[in-house]
Amino acid sequence: MAYSEKVIDHYSEPRNVGSLDKSDLNVGTGLVGAPECGDVMKLQIQVDPETKQIIDAKFKTFGCGSAIASSSLATEWVKGKSIDEAMSIQNTEIVEELSLPPVKIHCSVLAEDAIKAAISDYKSRNEG
Amino acid sequence: MKLPIYLDYNATTPVDPLVVEAMMPFFTESFGNAASRNHAFGWQVEQVVEDARESIGKAIGAGAKEIVFTSGATESDNLAILGAAEFYQKKGKHIITSPIEHKAVIDPCHALEQRGYEITFLDVDKDGCIDLKQLEESIREDTILVSLMAGNNEIGTLNPLSEIGEITRAKGVLFHTDATQGVGKIPIDVDEMKIDLLSMSAHKLYGPKGMGALYVRRKKPRVRLSPIMFGGGHERGMRSGTLNVTGIVGFAKALELSMAEMAAEAERLTGLRQRLFDRLTAELDYIFLNGHATERLPNNLNLSFGYVEGESLMMGVSELAVSSGSACTSSSLEPSYVLRALGVGDDLAHSSIRFGMGRFTTVEEIDYAAEKMIVAVKRLREMSPLYEMVKEGVDLSTVQWASH
Repeated sequence: MAYSEKVIDHYSEPRNVGSLDKSDLNVGTGLVGAPECGDVMKLQIQVDPETKQIIDAKFKTFGCGSAIASSSLATEWVKGKSIDEAMSIQNTEIVEELSLPPVKIHCSVLAEDAIKAAISDYKSRNEG
Repeated sequence: MKLPIYLDYNATTPVDPLVVEAMMPFFTESFGNAASRNHAFGWQVEQVVEDARESIGKAIGAGAKEIVFTSGATESDNLAILGAAEFYQKKGKHIITSPIEHKAVIDPCHALEQRGYEITFLDVDKDGCIDLKQLEESIREDTILVSLMAGNNEIGTLNPLSEIGEITRAKGVLFHTDATQGVGKIPIDVDEMKIDLLSMSAHKLYGPKGMGALYVRRKKPRVRLSPIMFGGGHERGMRSGTLNVTGIVGFAKALELSMAEMAAEAERLTGLRQRLFDRLTAELDYIFLNGHATERLPNNLNLSFGYVEGESLMMGVSELAVSSGSACTSSSLEPSYVLRALGVGDDLAHSSIRFGMGRFTTVEEIDYAAEKMIVAVKRLREMSPLYEMVKEGVDLSTVQWASH
């Protein structure tokens, strides 16, 4: 299977690989997928407590090249966005940006799930 | 050293230049139809075909008249299984095989199930080995055929052909073996091993694609098959179709070359296999060998690199031509059925890479491959959440995964 140039770019030079301190109250962590399914994504966001803007994002992904590229792109996109803006990122936008073939659409779904999971983790830890 | 490096010899092999040379005259000068009995063009190639038949038979301890030429091992497997099932249906409709056979064996068996046959799939252990006692106990009054491969194409595990042959012969049941990966690599003798039907393929041993053969035992017992292709009655009625003379010549030459160097080549390949394994395990943790440690094809190494997904790993070693049991590399999005049958977890099946070494593989290439693999695995592990968790002491089996 031939990969799109953008997938190869993100795979070869992934943006924002790494981990944030998950005990930090300003950090939200999303862990989605399962090892048996062949892909697991961990996506973390760091939120400015004043502005509620996402000031940093990191990921680690176990999965195919398209899964790595989808999560790398997701971290790029959420950075600088407000939580609400990040919530509205759709997997179809990722598909389009990376020119993912139909068999790889689930990679983009997982990336969208990872963003939402990270935000929901942040929110649940900052309630009350 | 030329890049990319081919390490997928279990998938196919390049045609040896000596084989191409032997085939050439039969495309143009000696183009006759081997079935043309009434002129020199036919006689000439008929003799060449018969010589090839004799030489191919000899390589497995068989006679020339026991070799039926086919289009490849898939056709040979289909002819053996469907042909025996139909011919012996009055005796019974029970066949025994294993869940890690090639699809060219499993799928005809499933097709027979639809026609009222019963198939027993033997258990295999974590190394891909069958239990001979279970085989013996599975044979019934109505069992007509046992089909078990010589060497597994994915994980390399060898079946104990002699022991299987002892059992089937004593019970009066036919023994078919798909020896696609075995012929020319490991010693095979149909009489000593009491094999009744044996499938082989030319392109796995430096011969042309689209060429194969089925050995069909002629005496003690005489094996009969119903044809699955009908036409001019070639190959004693078992396989109609004009003989592929160039393919047959190439097959015979390729097998002759393989047999001449088999023992030395097996030793050399085993050495390369061990070298690759040693280099990788010296630098990387969480490597799991798939298949049997010693009872395996000399040229096959199948490893799971824990916490790294196979397709992304292959993407990271684009200078190497290898294959993976990862779902992402198959159109079905299912991980390898062979690894699954062994009880390898789906996570490790997704992480598997098959290295196939062959005649043109060098030490230099193996060292280069090992180096590239190590770099790629380390890089991917740095971005693997699973590797991070394991290193933090998390037991992954206790994690509640959000499956999708």
